[in-house]
Amino acid sequence: MTTQSLAEDREIRRITFSHKLNRWDMKVSPYLYISPFFILFILTGLFPLLYTAYVSVFDWHIIGGQGDFAGAGNFEWVLGQDKFWVALRNSFSIFLISAIPQVILALIIAAILDQNLRAKTFWRMGVLVPYVVAPVAVALIFSNMFGDQYGLVNNALGRIGIDPVGWHSQVLPSHFAIATMVNFRWTGYNALIFLAAMQAVPRDYYEAAMLDGANRIRQFFSITIPSLRPTLIFVIITSTIGGLQIFDEPRMYDTTGAGGASSQWLTITMYIYNLGFGPAGGGQFGRAAAAAWLLFLIIIVVGLINLAATRTIATSGSRSSK
Amino acid sequence: MTATTERPAPLNPARPPAPAYKTSRRAKRHAQAIATNKPSTLGYVFLVVVILASLFPLYWSFLIGSGDSSTINRQDVDWMPGGNFLSNAAKVVNDPSVNFWKALSNSIIVSTVVSASVVFFSTLAGYAFAKLKFRGSKGLLVFVIATMAVPTQLGIVPLFIAMSQWLGLSGNILAVILPALVSAFGVFWMTQYLSQTLPDELIEAARVDGASMIRTFWHVGVPAARPAAAMLALFIFIATWTNFFWPFIILDSNNPTLPVALSLLQNNFFIDYSIVLAGVLLSTIPLLILFVVAGKQLVSGIMQGAVKG
Repeated sequence: MTTQSLAEDREIRRITFSHKLNRWDMKVSPYLYISPFFILFILTGLFPLLYTAYVSVFDWHIIGGQGDFAGAGNFEWVLGQDKFWVALRNSFSIFLISAIPQVILALIIAAILDQNLRAKTFWRMGVLVPYVVAPVAVALIFSNMFGDQYGLVNNALGRIGIDPVGWHSQVLPSHFAIATMVNFRWTGYNALIFLAAMQAVPRDYYEAAMLDGANRIRQFFSITIPSLRPTLIFVIITSTIGGLQIFDEPRMYDTTGAGGASSQWLTITMYIYNLGFGPAGGGQFGRAAAAAWLLFLIIIVVGLINLAATRTIATSGSRSSK
Repeated sequence: MTATTERPAPLNPARPPAPAYKTSRRAKRHAQAIATNKPSTLGYVFLVVVILASLFPLYWSFLIGSGDSSTINRQDVDWMPGGNFLSNAAKVVNDPSVNFWKALSNSIIVSTVVSASVVFFSTLAGYAFAKLKFRGSKGLLVFVIATMAVPTQLGIVPLFIAMSQWLGLSGNILAVILPALVSAFGVFWMTQYLSQTLPDELIEAARVDGASMIRTFWHVGVPAARPAAAMLALFIFIATWTNFFWPFIILDSNNPTLPVALSLLQNNFFIDYSIVLAGVLLSTIPLLILFVVAGKQLVSGIMQGAVKG
């Protein structure tokens, strides 16, 4: 009897100890699991962001390092540069020329992929091929096709009697060529995102619309588009963030990286790069940091405008259907 | 493929839909038949055009890359490839200032290490956010998601100061690997996936059986996370492989990654585009192989991410 109670006692003590250990395990483990991410993230992600703000208010050069406090001086200097505004204009122009046709085309492709196709996977994979081609590679291929003198595009235009276009020398044509590179790589990707959202739309909606006599086009605008609202917002916001930062394609559009003789296709990020690391006039870290902050602010503002715009467009679509 | 079995029944709009209570499978079939019309020939034609347009630039670079320096200047395009691809590729590979093999091995190392690291840290943190209760979890997760919207280029100047001037890693691939070890997107992705697919009961059952937290994570969390982890690894691998901006700043011709090597190639051979485009193709082949092997997963990854995002 005594041996039994002793064993029981020991058992209980062991349970309380393991119970305590268990509670401690439960409390501490979650933090243990997230801390490696957060430590690395703070060091490599958050710190550079905040430190950019610090660098941007000093005269700071690659050689001399931190100099005098400049206050808003770097920001004023950047805002006073014609090149900054030209670069801003170019970034916006390229973004608009790429984003709008891209979203429309992606919606059409998605709508076709959403039908009962044979060999679904084949078509879906087919539209995604360009995604694995690096932007740098895309830029090299397209800068060749859009060559001013012997380019494929100008040759083809010549065939049908159109004068050669200055794809590099002129402003809008160069934006068009760069936007084409972006669309080449991302249209299929976005089409698959839209496709997924389309498949989540309950099929009864279409059934009901069909019985009401709505044709496919009407169904598309009255059911599909309003149902895609969150996805449209997602795609448009991400392409705003990506599009306004565009660098790889315009940088590789020629060998110099100046964005053309008169900055025809110089973008904001190229401008930041040239200020900070460019071969001529580089190393101006304070100013580059200030320009980076300005770009960030612009992206936030444009992102919010897009959010509001997409909301109204998609909502008015659903209202008109009622 | 299931395409043949899914072919819609002949459509008859006049007939009312089959009542749902009878056989749900038939009703579903019928609803599907009504909703998803048989695609028109025009639809197929359109898709064929899209896919041809997707493949054309690659074919074009093969066309130019297999010719010689005069191919590009011809007015009449010869649509059959020439026979110089291998010799052009050899010029790319043998150019000492491009360092092609070095670039290839660097790209493999950087992409592999980065995607392994991102997957590991994201699974760990995503599991905690999705399945464990702790103070501040909501706020921290919102913070992670918010930072996804911040452009990476914002921090480029301090990153350069830190990597080059403080750590002396200029020209070292460590400078490319270190900032990419974790990804907010990865954490978000794994959190979403695990909170939707891993039932709490499984975790509770393991805990009742006396498994410690880390054992539960390893034997319940990790197996459940595997499909999402594989997709995440794919996306991070491709993103890292194609990344240009930061490697272009911090690396040089002695120790490039493939995109940086391509920019060097363009500088050296801008007169002879057949070599540049042969190099473009050469640097794309690894990812094309990856696409053939894992394209299906990529497609479903994009589609899953979209549903959840």
